Amino acid sequence: MKPKVAFFDFASCEGCQLAILNCEDILLDILGLVELVEFREALSEKAPRYDVAFIEGSIHRDEDIERIKDIRARSTFLVALGACACMGNVQARSNFVAPAENYKYVYGEEARNRVQIDEEYWPLWGHTRVRPIDKVVKVDFYLRGCPIVPGEFLHLVKSLLHGTAPHTPPNAVCVECKKNENECVYDRGETCMGPITWGGCNAVCVNNGYVCDGCRGVLPHANIPAHKTLMLEKGINDADIRSRYRLFCSAEPAAKGA
Amino acid sequence: MQNAQSKTFNIDVHHVTRVEGHGRIRVNVRDNVVEDVKLCITEANRFFENFVKGMRPEDVPWIVSRICGICCVGHQLAATKTVEDAMGIVPSAQTILLRKLLTESQFLQSHVLHVYFLAVPDFVGVPSVLPLVKTHPDVVLRALRLKKLANDYTAVMGGRVLHPMANTLKGWRKLPSKKAMEEIRDRLIAAVPDLLETIAIVKTLKIPPYERETEYVSLKHPDEYALYDGDVYSSDTKSSVPVNQYRAVTNEFTVAHSTTKWSKWHRDSYFAGALARVNNNFDQLRPEAKNVAAELGFKAPCYNPYMNNVAQVIEIIHCAYNSIAMLEQALNMGLVEEDLTFTAKAGEGFGSCEVPRGILFHNYTFDANGRCSGGNAIIPTSQNVNNIEQDMKAFVPKMLPVMSKEELTLHMEMLLRAYDPCISCSVHMLDVEFTE
Ligand code: SF4
Ligand code: SF4
Ligand code: SF4
Repeated sequence: MKPKVAFFDFASCEGCQLAILNCEDILLDILGLVELVEFREALSEKAPRYDVAFIEGSIHRDEDIERIKDIRARSTFLVALGACACMGNVQARSNFVAPAENYKYVYGEEARNRVQIDEEYWPLWGHTRVRPIDKVVKVDFYLRGCPIVPGEFLHLVKSLLHGTAPHTPPNAVCVECKKNENECVYDRGETCMGPITWGGCNAVCVNNGYVCDGCRGVLPHANIPAHKTLMLEKGINDADIRSRYRLFCSAEPAAKGA
Repeated sequence: MQNAQSKTFNIDVHHVTRVEGHGRIRVNVRDNVVEDVKLCITEANRFFENFVKGMRPEDVPWIVSRICGICCVGHQLAATKTVEDAMGIVPSAQTILLRKLLTESQFLQSHVLHVYFLAVPDFVGVPSVLPLVKTHPDVVLRALRLKKLANDYTAVMGGRVLHPMANTLKGWRKLPSKKAMEEIRDRLIAAVPDLLETIAIVKTLKIPPYERETEYVSLKHPDEYALYDGDVYSSDTKSSVPVNQYRAVTNEFTVAHSTTKWSKWHRDSYFAGALARVNNNFDQLRPEAKNVAAELGFKAPCYNPYMNNVAQVIEIIHCAYNSIAMLEQALNMGLVEEDLTFTAKAGEGFGSCEVPRGILFHNYTFDANGRCSGGNAIIPTSQNVNNIEQDMKAFVPKMLPVMSKEELTLHMEMLLRAYDPCISCSVHMLDVEFTE
């Protein structure tokens, strides 16, 4: 029997699901190997059980918690799809401000008060805290990056089809960057999160003339103090260091207090 | 088809599918009277407007592209223009040309995806593109070929398909290679037969004969079909206002049933998107696109919202031919590395561009340290939701005598999908719910 595969999204830009639709060359082959039972962006169908559930987006409200728990209960494997699901991503920056303040800024005080006390629509407005998926339910596999790397998605699908676990080694982006023979951006006087960031993206940002901003999350055994010392030595001040750490990784435990 | 008997029912499409993001349609009908129609946007808030605070100017466009995956290029470019406005930066002609190329690559990608994957199944009467793999394999393969071409085009120009990193303030961090641009040009030329086949399939679609005249809002530019730049034009006043007066255009307000804000300008609601652009700027389309419009029976102004899909096809043709010409231009001028340094300073900036779903506004302020001190982004869907709800409010009573609950539900979902709403970036969109 073909495995039943489903996609769900929470707070996200839906870019990671799009990245999968963008595997045009092999999309039909994949669809031949699995049974796609839910994919809201392309399908109208719904199903009761999933062998593999891909979850995009971060969890913000009580109603999102209920939904993800229900999906978890019906899934054999659950995969966090992209930086939003893996680590809260850029929107986790709003955790530094109280939800009421955020609503006030975006909607105005009068509107915040009016809509938030409407009982019928309260679940829509009951914002709590931006959390990665694994703060709420057990996650079996992580596909990192903002957006994900299609090759890693394919590797995961192939592994699961063969009944094996995908292998994603905890190497730093630096390793791939050096293989690509890029000039290190520290030598250009800029900051880079590459030394402490999970690789797998082939250092695509540095290859294209930018720096690594750490969208794949902080490595489990990253030496944060050494990285900060390096940045200070290169003349980058504390405020700028904090700003780098808080761009994509503000919800990452390793980056707390940065 | 149902008729004279008394109808009392509720429609509740709890999660409208084949749209980007989450929304819900709720309809109450009691004794043949439509009591209520609501379009609820149920997305969780992400608060981009507030969390950009503290960012360096160059980080803002990079981060706010995460508002939407499908329109990431448009968000990035609108934000880039906005920050440049605040910093007093004037980009070079080369940079503007590269940005226009990036813009058109995104229009091709998004319109192909929407027409083939989201809209065609409705008109063919199947629940998704998947059954078409068996019944219409040539259509699906063509869709995938065109989409891949559009994606490769974005990747060549921007470094990556999603959230491209090559564009920044003032210019390009890494220029696209001559060879890669030549390849894209040649593939676009070779894609013309596929594009013509796209017209053939759209010709066979049965567009519901529903019309509601409304205000059409888009950018307008004196010299070209406005996608990257222009002033804000209304079909009601037949005149434009500058982008820095966007608040007077959008007049945002809040309703409890939607986490997106709603907009209106000269009347209850307005339409943004492909139909608005083609209506407002028809004369500036490329001749090839005008021919396609004639072939598809499109006459501007057109007041049928379902025709938005046809307008998208007209724009696909426009962008394809325009891209070939602009790539030629870029290749002839020979791209040169530019100085990207600038000094961050205090200021406020305004920026707008068209994205596939409509006009997009960004607005940021920067403090004395050159750090972002606040922002605002008004995306097309939050401008359109009000007009979609108004369309539904007009559509349901009109069709109630001749349509069953099921037909009504399907047509409202189709109506919503015709707008190609981008609910996730409206933060904040779709389920049909008929309540009982
Ligand atoms: S990880 Fe990035 S690309 Fe993926 S859904 Fe989140 S914001 Fe979009
Ligand atoms: S540019 Fe960044 S990723 Fe590359 S070698 Fe330097 S620190 Fe590492
Ligand atoms: S280089 Fe860094 S920021 Fe870019 S994709 Fe890789 S991890 Fe993300």
